[in-house]
Amino acid sequence: MVPLFNEETVIASVVENALPVFPHIVCVDDGSSDGSAAAALAAGAVVVPHPINLGQGAALQTGIDYAIAQPSCSYLVTFDADGQHLVADAQAMVARLESEPLDVVLGSRFLDGRTELGWLKRLVLRTAVVFQRASAGIHLTDAHNGLRAFTRDAAAKIEIRQNRMAHASEIVGEIAKKKLRYTEQPVHVVYTEYSKAKGQSLWNSINILADLFLN
Amino acid sequence: MESQLVIKVILIVAFAAFAIFLMLPGRGARHVAIRRLVMVLVLALTVLAVVFPNTLNAVAHAVGIGRGADLLLYGLIVVFIGNTLLQQRRSHHLERQITLLARRQAIVEARLPEAGNAPAADAPAGASASAAVSAAAAPAVSETASRRPGTAD
Repeated sequence: MVPLFNEETVIASVVENALPVFPHIVCVDDGSSDGSAAAALAAGAVVVPHPINLGQGAALQTGIDYAIAQPSCSYLVTFDADGQHLVADAQAMVARLESEPLDVVLGSRFLDGRTELGWLKRLVLRTAVVFQRASAGIHLTDAHNGLRAFTRDAAAKIEIRQNRMAHASEIVGEIAKKKLRYTEQPVHVVYTEYSKAKGQSLWNSINILADLFLN
Repeated sequence: MESQLVIKVILIVAFAAFAIFLMLPGRGARHVAIRRLVMVLVLALTVLAVVFPNTLNAVAHAVGIGRGADLLLYGLIVVFIGNTLLQQRRSHHLERQITLLARRQAIVEARLPEAGNAPAADAPAGASASAAVSAAAAPAVSETASRRPGTAD
């Protein structure tokens, strides 16, 4: 399940790379103004189009709703549209859900040395981790990783009300509240020039805090 | 200094009232009624202040403020902040409703890929629930190539 917003140039390759492993791909098009939806559809994904832009959190919840309405869906993976995740990581996470007594597997870029990122981004993500630990009582090493795998039942229990970027902390809170069995899995986040240029600016961390507190 | 105690108490009580009001559950007749009563009260006070400008001064003195104009300013600030908080909450509620509406529409309008684009691995026979990662562990969705968009559950 891929939240999609204005990723026309990369979404087709993301979908095509993942299709051999994950034949059912849903792209929730969050009101893209470019040809993202058409590109995803042409590449072989189901496209669930938001009529207006609502934010990534809203797109994730829409994707979850759509997925659990499909009787054959037994696992659900959230995957970023900009190509920063590896299909092999997602595959390994689902394999753990199948073989271990887990409800959720969360990707973390800090569990091994594969991912390189700047000190400021590292600092902000570390701070977010401390915040999550304090608010949800869950200790994770990576607060905002878009790669997550859920069992069907776990996905059905998660309720994302944060429309924008604060959903990542909210999901952690939901995992704590619903007492889901979770673990982290080391994943590689590929920072290409493209994703660096498009990715979340650090200013967004201020918006995330505001969203979390000013409710 | 001591003469300003009264207005300080009034202002603090007003803001505390906002806080309590905001913590109460959002909807229901009581909430709407309180909002309307406050609105009527504010309007009535405004009219009185226009008709009897001198009373404004007198009231200001009584609560320890120098001029009626200052009292007016304080009142304006209180009303402004209260209104801002209410509007914020309202827009939050509205956003939530729009989200649910948009989500429902998005799911109704889901578009499935053309049959030709569906991957070979999508063969229905292979989709036994837990057998292989590639078959069942899909990020979502069970559509098969034959299903038409209008028939999505």
